[in-house]
Amino acid sequence: MKSVLIVEDSATTRAMIKAVIEDMGEDFTALEANTGFEALRMLPQEQFDLIITDINMPDVNGLELINFVKSNPNYQHIPMIIVTTERSSADKERGLALGASAYVTKPFKAEELQEVIAKALSP
Amino acid sequence: MKSSKKDFIAEAEELVEEAERLLIEIQETRTAGVNPDTINALFRAIHTVKGISGLFGFKDIADFSHAFESLLDDIRLGRAEVSEEVVRFLFSNNDVLKKVMEDIENGRDHDVSGHLQNIEAFRNAAKESGGSHKVEDILGQIDAAILKVLSEYEEHRLKTNIKEGKGIFLARAVFSLADFDKSLSELVSAIKSHGEQISTLPTSTDLPPDSIGFNILFGSGKSHEELKQALDLPVDELIKRKGEAAAVPSPSKMQESSIKSASTYVRVDIEKLDRILNTISELNLLRFATNRIAAEMMETFGHTPLVVDVFKISQSFERRISELKEQVLEIRMIPVGQIFSRLAQVIRRYSRETGKQIELTLYGEDTEIDKFLAEEIVDPLMHIVRNAIDHGIEAGEERKKAGKRETGAIILKAFQRGNHVVIEARDDGAGIDVERVKKKASEKGILIPEAELNNREILDFIFMPGFSTKAAVSEISGRGVGMDVVKEKLSSLGGFVDVETEKGKGTAFILTVPITLAILKALIVRIGAEKFAIPLTSLSESLLIDHKDVQTIEGKEVYNLRGEMLPIVSIASMFGLEGDVSERSYAVVVGYGERRLGLFVDELIGQHEVVIKSLGDYFKGLRGFAGAAEIGRHEVILVIDVESVIEESLSRQRAMRHV
Repeated sequence: MKSVLIVEDSATTRAMIKAVIEDMGEDFTALEANTGFEALRMLPQEQFDLIITDINMPDVNGLELINFVKSNPNYQHIPMIIVTTERSSADKERGLALGASAYVTKPFKAEELQEVIAKALSP
Repeated sequence: MKSSKKDFIAEAEELVEEAERLLIEIQETRTAGVNPDTINALFRAIHTVKGISGLFGFKDIADFSHAFESLLDDIRLGRAEVSEEVVRFLFSNNDVLKKVMEDIENGRDHDVSGHLQNIEAFRNAAKESGGSHKVEDILGQIDAAILKVLSEYEEHRLKTNIKEGKGIFLARAVFSLADFDKSLSELVSAIKSHGEQISTLPTSTDLPPDSIGFNILFGSGKSHEELKQALDLPVDELIKRKGEAAAVPSPSKMQESSIKSASTYVRVDIEKLDRILNTISELNLLRFATNRIAAEMMETFGHTPLVVDVFKISQSFERRISELKEQVLEIRMIPVGQIFSRLAQVIRRYSRETGKQIELTLYGEDTEIDKFLAEEIVDPLMHIVRNAIDHGIEAGEERKKAGKRETGAIILKAFQRGNHVVIEARDDGAGIDVERVKKKASEKGILIPEAELNNREILDFIFMPGFSTKAAVSEISGRGVGMDVVKEKLSSLGGFVDVETEKGKGTAFILTVPITLAILKALIVRIGAEKFAIPLTSLSESLLIDHKDVQTIEGKEVYNLRGEMLPIVSIASMFGLEGDVSERSYAVVVGYGERRLGLFVDELIGQHEVVIKSLGDYFKGLRGFAGAAEIGRHEVILVIDVESVIEESLSRQRAMRHV
């Protein structure tokens, strides 16, 4: 069983990503956080296998979340994927530098995201 | 996929509405300095629209919001300034977004390519005027571990704060994981009252498992000591303020400047301010009562220490009340620039619709005016400006033939004159054809063709109901609002409108309104058995005149005032009252320039501050009165509407000459 946390402030995008993940099989469950705050609160409550995060969010943004996860010994093993519309590669590069495994640019194809997820989860 | 087109539209529409709200906020705070958070929130809204429209395959809307977002990105990263023009352009793009969304909802086709080009062109133009910055060196003083977590936008805000000479600080807070959001948002709003929050930086390093830490990076103009005390937290100073050694201002001064720099605005319903003003006027009545009691005590007991005390208190009471009044009135003031920018939007749009090129120049945008009055004169100004584009400014070809620049000019100018604000709307168009106005007036039967009128008197006809010299009613100004409505509105506000025009050169409409409506200083006069109030704002002097010095010229009663002929009118006869019979009377001089008039009254009682209250619908048609005012001891008197009295007497004299 793989548990994925989706951090994204747009409800439709969250639903979309969730659908893509659930499409990958019964082995996958997706939990949603609509703000960075909510993600921070959910982290200690669940054993997540993967975090998918947006960058541009109110309160805590994606880069801060990546930094938080990657600097905490309890969570730093969790792979992270950035899903964002950022055109400027600057923020995506920063996300990778902070320890994210990959990024997917919106709009994306379902297969594209599924491929990146599968790769991030493979040992 | 679970989400449907309907879900998409619901979220997108919500975002566009949010964007509109933010744009209004940006527009309203533009002159005072827009909160960067607002711009960032706007960017995020459009960013999300782009994200979801891409996911749903609405390519047009995704392309358009992508372009729109890029424009906003330029602005939030400081590559383009938040000028009036930029704000207008943002509004128009948000409207496009709305329109495209409607089209999608109704299954209609839409083409955004033109809008995309517009944005591209606008961005290129804006970038050229934008500046660049060199603060990278200073950034080196900040821990790289912090810098690497900042998004591009946050880094830009950090640089901007440094550029502005703010200090950069890091506040370290630890909260319980269970309820950190409440404590954190309290802390963030505390920080925002001292400066700008740049980044939140959550951390769990060296902390117990059930807690979470936040390193809040912020910029502030305050000292390190002050911030530590105010926030009651460990605060690190990462970069010192510019000119840290500068003298520490005195505590009261400091408080004042800190209020401004944090731009902590409160939006207040103007009705609440009106209520305060009402209370102030009631306080004023109490003050008069105290004064009266003091005077009576003095008569009875003489100058005893107690009586003198009451007098002193009454006086300082008066001073404080007038301070309070000034302060409240100040709150109601807004810069005229706020209504100018709305007019500028209208001008741009109409210039596009008519295909006439218009260059707009603004003067005196900082002139302050009461918010209520500003709102009331926007529509009249809008009408005047529309008229100028539609009837005043000629088509390009015609202008060339007349030897003018092809681009027409409109100048909006505001300035203060005494207790009034004057707003001029001037165009360099064809001017008003006085002969045509005259002809039209005779056709309509409102002017006897033989009547000898000067140009000013003829021009007054354009302010008459139902008068229009242009046969074709255009899309733009043909909306059933005539200059008569403009005039009536101005008069109801205690102001007036003037017109200056020169054939071939252009026309100017000059609107004069009192700076504020709320409380007026008025002269209380007596006519026969009645008392009236005359607003001091419309009054220039008062004279004691011997009736034998009043001459009659061309049917007008006039008095030679320092070599100029001042028309004189008796209020008693105008209102059908019985005045005193005497050899000499007081004349109160009201109005300006050619609209000056002397009003005969029987007695000048004194000055009084009054709050004008409406007479209610029942008396709405009653001309000559602006309202009623209470002047103490439950005495209510009528306030004379000077403008309509001037009007009435001028038209009477005109009529008399034509008989």
